[in-house]
Amino acid sequence: MDLPAEHTALIRQRLSGLDFDELRRRAQDVERELYNLGITFIVYSEKDAVDRILPFDIIPRVISAKEWTHLEAGVTQRVAALNLFLHDIYHDQKILKDGIIPRELVEGNSNFRPQMIGLDVPFNTYIHIMGTDLVRDRHGTFRVLEDNGRVPSGVSYVVENRHMMQRVFPDLVQDIGIRPVDNYGHKLLDAMMEIAPAGVDDPQVVLLSPGTYNSAYFEHIFLAREMGVPLVEGRDLVVENDRVFMKTTNGLAPVHSIYRRLDDAFLDPRAFNPDSLLGVPGILDAYRKGNVALANAIGTGVADDKAVYCYVPRMIKYYLDQDPIIPNVDTRICREADALQYTLDHLAELVVKPVGEAGGYGITIGPRASKAELEDCRAKLLADPSNYISQPVVDLSVCPTVTPDGIEPRHVDLRPFAITARNTWVLPGGLSRVALKKGTLIVNSSQGGGSKDTWVLEGGAS
Amino acid sequence: MNLLARYAESIFWMARYMERAENLARILDVHETFSRDTRGATNWFSIVQLNADEKDFFSRHDRPTAEAVIHYYMFDSQNSNSLLSMLRMARENARALRPWISTEMWTQINVFHNKLLEMSTSDVPMQNLSKVCTWIKEECQTHTGITEGTFYRDQGWYFYQMGKYIERADQTTRLLDIKYHTLLPSPVEVGSTLDVSQWTTVLRSTAGYHAFRRVYPRGMSPTTVAGFMLFNEGFPRSVVMCVRQIDGVLTRLRSRYELRGGAQAMERVDELLSALLSRPIEAVLRQGLHEYLDWIQLQLITLTTEIAQAYFGMDAPVAVQAQSQ
Repeated sequence: MDLPAEHTALIRQRLSGLDFDELRRRAQDVERELYNLGITFIVYSEKDAVDRILPFDIIPRVISAKEWTHLEAGVTQRVAALNLFLHDIYHDQKILKDGIIPRELVEGNSNFRPQMIGLDVPFNTYIHIMGTDLVRDRHGTFRVLEDNGRVPSGVSYVVENRHMMQRVFPDLVQDIGIRPVDNYGHKLLDAMMEIAPAGVDDPQVVLLSPGTYNSAYFEHIFLAREMGVPLVEGRDLVVENDRVFMKTTNGLAPVHSIYRRLDDAFLDPRAFNPDSLLGVPGILDAYRKGNVALANAIGTGVADDKAVYCYVPRMIKYYLDQDPIIPNVDTRICREADALQYTLDHLAELVVKPVGEAGGYGITIGPRASKAELEDCRAKLLADPSNYISQPVVDLSVCPTVTPDGIEPRHVDLRPFAITARNTWVLPGGLSRVALKKGTLIVNSSQGGGSKDTWVLEGGAS
Repeated sequence: MNLLARYAESIFWMARYMERAENLARILDVHETFSRDTRGATNWFSIVQLNADEKDFFSRHDRPTAEAVIHYYMFDSQNSNSLLSMLRMARENARALRPWISTEMWTQINVFHNKLLEMSTSDVPMQNLSKVCTWIKEECQTHTGITEGTFYRDQGWYFYQMGKYIERADQTTRLLDIKYHTLLPSPVEVGSTLDVSQWTTVLRSTAGYHAFRRVYPRGMSPTTVAGFMLFNEGFPRSVVMCVRQIDGVLTRLRSRYELRGGAQAMERVDELLSALLSRPIEAVLRQGLHEYLDWIQLQLITLTTEIAQAYFGMDAPVAVQAQSQ
């Protein structure tokens, strides 16, 4: 077994001064406080809707200053490449003409939005808020598992987890030199102001939420509060003469910049899903006229597609003439004949993922699957190969975690958040999700995952 | 600074539900206390009448026993006039307002609601009822205190006050109405011990007994109590006091925040106030208290509609609220 990392020595020493019962007691305090504060997501069952907290593990995940410098550069590079890619596919399509990425993979993608063709967006930035899922393999190398360039969530937990640690573990946090995370809201607001239509002196920014029934509603509240802007729902907005307004007690007031937490499909019933009651009829026209800014831009879903993911290293080379700072997990695209054959031949060793699903659904983990599950997977692959990719099992790195049986290793991933308007800023750290069930690799909250506070150490402390 | 129409509506209703919950807790508490002092024949049914819930109540209960009525008004989640339902509505509105209100306001309502929800699964025995009602009252008062101390004073504050005072005025008229007409004793009983103690009940449930005594150290008559609850200028739950507050709030919204709408509502409040100030209680009683109270309630309902039309966005869906009483 490897030795614990050197940069965590002081933290480990302090933790060892607390006995297990004390740790458990403080963990319970945290859970009660999260519940009372309503830092919850809603779980819908057949009968009713229940507020659940995202389980929080009190042992922080610690990243050294050096590691972070590397990750920050890697995330920034990736955001840059994906934005260049989006601009390209909605303009000249050079990357398709040069045959780097198959045209049908882009234009045939359900998230490709023809409405965006030829439209210029401020700073050519499409993905203003990006969440990059990273894992660490058995050699200690961070790899990108997935890009989230549509409506990434989880940043509220990053900030709230830190607040919670500061309240419940003042003795642990003190003088460690942890990079702060509480300026996320200011950075986001700055970006929203920066992308607002030119010529507006004091742009009105709003956060557009699907409403209180959305499972991420807490995060919407959190971000609106941190930015100090109204949280609006579709029914609060109207479009008149291709301009967006919100309904106030004194009539209509103009809106210039919208952080929308609503997928493209629901944004404008006139342009996309006509059944959407959550959106704002006519907002696409206002956007196309340049009268309102949207973050993220429409049509970014084509860049965080699981099949397009495989081509991101080549994109980085193509647009930036650089090697990827953070590599991908080796991925095979089953639409390619060789890759499909390899996948079928090694099914029991590979992870097979459908390209369209989110939240850990539909995944087959070869080494853990039963014979029947493998055969089921094989049948699905053969029926619709281009719907799947395959990857080797990445042995996610572990972190010490409080469990009913004491402190035990549990698998973690990391989702840093990057904000981009003119430039890119990466929030130090990110969301560390932890698979609380013994042995499991799936960290999603919908599948029994929890989270940890993520500490990026200041330069001198590592 | 703009206020979203939907927020204004949620603020208004959050305030109303919290005020309504406090009033209901007061009524239940006083009824319980009273039942111990007398022949045990406390008329729990009057609470059902007070809220005009007869139809709904009897669809699920045969008789208005103490247990049935208490459960119905405490924890029956199907009854939109139960404390649990009111708190659920208040919480839902507070949840919609979380980007706007202080975290302390939200957390207190959230914890209050969750505790009540937990309690609903275990029975509240009669001997604990008073304790539970006191707790509810105190939670509502805590809410009032936190609101006073943390609510940012802009338009939202005035919508909060408006909701609170409209609800309070409405509750006072209902309480008076029920005493005067459903509990109306036979002519023989007027002025008897029972009658006086029932009037005392009414005053106590509005925390007005001592204030009343200060104004009227001797004696207690239906006329003086009704006059006190309707017209007293110092009693925080009198109808006149509430309507004066509503008047002030509307005036400030229209002047300080230059809200264009609301002229109709303003006119209605002015008329209501001058009507309240124009007739002595004796005249009101002579011409029929019930009709008078009914008229006031109707004015308050119409006022709410006018406020909604002026400020909450004509075609906007309504905030979380049950059908009005």
